[in-house]
Amino acid sequence: MATIDRSADERIREVGILRKLLSRPELGAVSGAILVFIFFAIVAANRGFLSFRGVSSWLEVSAQLGILAIGASLLMIGGEFDLSIGSMIAAAGMAMAIPVAVYGWPFWLAILLAFAFALFVGYINGMIVNRTRLPSFIVTLAFLFILRGLTIGFTRLITGRTQVSGLKPAAEGDWLAVIFRGDIFGLPVSIYWWLGLAVLTTWILTRTQFGNWVFGVGGDANAARNTGVPVERVRIILFMGTAVAATIFAALQVIDLGSADVNRGQLKEFEAIIAAVIGGCLLTGGYGSVVGAVFGALIFGMVQQGIFFTGVNTDWFKVFLGLMLLIAVLFNNFIRKRATEAK
Amino acid sequence: MKKLFLALSVIISFGLVANALAQVPERSDIRIVVVSHGAASDPFWSVVVNGVDQAAADMGVNVEYRAPDTFDMPRMAQLIDAAVASNPDGLIVSIPDADALGDSIRAAVEAGIPVMSMNSGSDVFKDLGVLRHVGQTEYEAGFGAGQRMAAKGVQNGLCVNHEVGNVALDLRCQGFEDGLGEGASVDVLAVSTDPTEIRNAVLAAFSANANLEGVLAVGPVGGEPTIAALEENGQLGEIELGFFDLSPTILQTLADGNAAFAIDQQQYLQGYLPVAMLTLYIQYGLLPGSEVVLTGPGFVTPDNAAQVVELSAQGIR
Repeated sequence: MATIDRSADERIREVGILRKLLSRPELGAVSGAILVFIFFAIVAANRGFLSFRGVSSWLEVSAQLGILAIGASLLMIGGEFDLSIGSMIAAAGMAMAIPVAVYGWPFWLAILLAFAFALFVGYINGMIVNRTRLPSFIVTLAFLFILRGLTIGFTRLITGRTQVSGLKPAAEGDWLAVIFRGDIFGLPVSIYWWLGLAVLTTWILTRTQFGNWVFGVGGDANAARNTGVPVERVRIILFMGTAVAATIFAALQVIDLGSADVNRGQLKEFEAIIAAVIGGCLLTGGYGSVVGAVFGALIFGMVQQGIFFTGVNTDWFKVFLGLMLLIAVLFNNFIRKRATEAK
Repeated sequence: MKKLFLALSVIISFGLVANALAQVPERSDIRIVVVSHGAASDPFWSVVVNGVDQAAADMGVNVEYRAPDTFDMPRMAQLIDAAVASNPDGLIVSIPDADALGDSIRAAVEAGIPVMSMNSGSDVFKDLGVLRHVGQTEYEAGFGAGQRMAAKGVQNGLCVNHEVGNVALDLRCQGFEDGLGEGASVDVLAVSTDPTEIRNAVLAAFSANANLEGVLAVGPVGGEPTIAALEENGQLGEIELGFFDLSPTILQTLADGNAAFAIDQQQYLQGYLPVAMLTLYIQYGLLPGSEVVLTGPGFVTPDNAAQVVELSAQGIR
């Protein structure tokens, strides 16, 4: 028996393209998104859901949440949570708005300050999780409050108010602010950020060494460490990633709307995690995809905005939102099960 | 021949009448969307919604009420965008942050949708192309509250703000401080909307600053826990207490003589009037002459509280 039957080795077995597709984590979210789209296309098409303005409206909501979900899904694949995203949005917004409005900084410098602050917060989050090995759920929950409190405190200390506005003139003509505002081909710029970040992070996750490390850290950190993966560094970079995603979100809203207030971003941390989970990320880490999170955000955005096109009384809005999400996730789960069993 | 002519003229005149009628939309075909920043679960806004619903029933038009779950301006802008995309016959908005909502409101105006504003936005609605505003002016109302307290000798005040980020409420606190006069000081207490947290925050504020003589709560969400806090401290009736807006508990406190006043902006009208005005505008192009229709401020004091109590229980005041 000197020769080995090569076809018996399952690692190099030929896999059909359909089966390959079916075993992807994002498949459920993609079919869920199609299901939700068809539902609203039938129920609300004649009320503007499919009009250009309507499509742009639910795409923008999905895009902004999607940017957060991309950061959150990478971190979740790496086995951690970040609950400070929502508060980071308000903090980054103020870090941009106050220097411009009160101290007359050019916008680009304020944007750089906000991103530097985000990297710092991400670093602190990651470092505390690394050093203490406390669940990141708790560490970042603390920062949810700390960042929100710092934002309210400093904003009232410096401006005496809770909202900073009148930023639009400063944003116009600024070389860095320009990439966070306006429309391209009639669609809000956040949609392009969403797609661009999705492509970039998908490439990182699936085609680079760092991407492999992320799966390794989330799957089994000890095993990863033993094979030489710099687990601590990967975690810190991922926490920086969520904070930066929150800052991109803040920049898009602050620069486009021309104002910042201390309440921005409330509950966004949960929406981002929900989108990532709908998109097939496991709460335990080590499994998931960015594309899935992108479609998870699309489902969430379509449901959230779409309900308003149906004309349902808003007293019942949350029942409807919850049911639609449940159905989307159940359907997603069903498809995924079918797909994995089919092996 | 004569008969034929008569028949023809009847048909033609019928046609003319039908044509004239067709230019005025049927009320049952009119669809108005209201987008505000207050969830219908907020006690203040539920009265607005009651006004909206009553107006919709009285006018015989279709009205949809939309609001974000939390105080969230980008979300509210998205709701306005969705409303505009659904192409309603009329749009009613509140404008707590003109910078954040301006583009969405302008887009509605440019799309040819008649827009009215209510509650917040009296200083900016005209620039946005909004037809009329129904509400009260905030700074002046806060100023009036300050003057009333100053007349009772208050020099150190506390302003309980449950909706930080809303300029209208910031202005109330600012007006309050200015209304107290030279040398007076006001601490602003920024709280969440959780009643237990608010009550304890007020208790903490009093233990931190024993000089406080007067409290102004800029909404019932902050007002009711403030009453509870003072009651727990045994200071109810000793501290000068003022409120913005009414609720059954606040009215009862007034009727018992334990508070100085409540500023009523009669928000039922802020729901009712824009719907009625927009309906008449859509049908006949009619608009009232004054650009801001003031619904307040009116002061409810212990003297007239009793008569207001019953209406508040019905969700009308």
